[in-house]
Amino acid sequence: MADRMTVRKWFWVWDFEKEERWLNEMAMQGWALVGVGFCTYHFEKTEPGAYTIRLEMHDQDEGYLAFMRETGAEYLGRVVKWIYFRKRSELGQFDLFSDLDSRINHLKNIRRMVGLVGILNLGIGLMNSFNASHFGWVNLLCCALLMYGCGVFKGKIDYLENERALRE
Amino acid sequence: MQENIVLTEATYYILLSLYNPQHGYGIMQAVEAMSGGRVRLAAGTLYGALNAMVEKHWIVQLPVTDGSRKKNYQLTDKGLQVLTGELNRLRELVKNGETVLGGPQKWLTE
Repeated sequence: MADRMTVRKWFWVWDFEKEERWLNEMAMQGWALVGVGFCTYHFEKTEPGAYTIRLEMHDQDEGYLAFMRETGAEYLGRVVKWIYFRKRSELGQFDLFSDLDSRINHLKNIRRMVGLVGILNLGIGLMNSFNASHFGWVNLLCCALLMYGCGVFKGKIDYLENERALRE
Repeated sequence: MQENIVLTEATYYILLSLYNPQHGYGIMQAVEAMSGGRVRLAAGTLYGALNAMVEKHWIVQLPVTDGSRKKNYQLTDKGLQVLTGELNRLRELVKNGETVLGGPQKWLTE
């Protein structure tokens, strides 16, 4: 049996928690993430459950990567603005966020980015609708999809902010 | 007089653990030990909190020495002020809680 495997899989950006859950299910089955590319996941065969996988949206920041390594996490790579880590389960529980504030902050950063790309597509789409190009509708479709994404993030943020009103 | 700042649990414990110089992973371990394993700071949360506290001058990043590449942080006078303010606030919370619920003996034995 091969000890390396590459899987191509697509996740919407608002499904990043689902993506993380899938990666951890793979790790439980003995396939630990070892590298990432655009819609591409590289796995290596390990003991089932040997690693915990985490991902987050984060700007380029060498200081942060050094900090994460210091805490025993292994940096696996970056896809656009998303970074992937894993940590040996025997080193203890591995989470990126431990309070509501930092979780809300993370979601707001993602929503801002999705909104920005959405508005960009709206602009390009409108421009292309008024000239000879027949592809303006592609951008308008992208914009609609990304605005839907913003709505999903708004729901997640609202839920956490309601919780935040009562607890940390 | 310091304005009334209510700290989050994470902020309180991070400041407390920086009474002596400490690096990031050391803070995580110190906080977990102090709270008897109850409070586990996640690395991303801690990193964000440290940067925010440096900006507020509650803590400083110490110069990196040759031997280690780990960044050490320490509480400033301003940070100490915030921390003692919070301690007084917590005392008040505990005192009022005990008064209303009938003193520590009553609810501890129930």
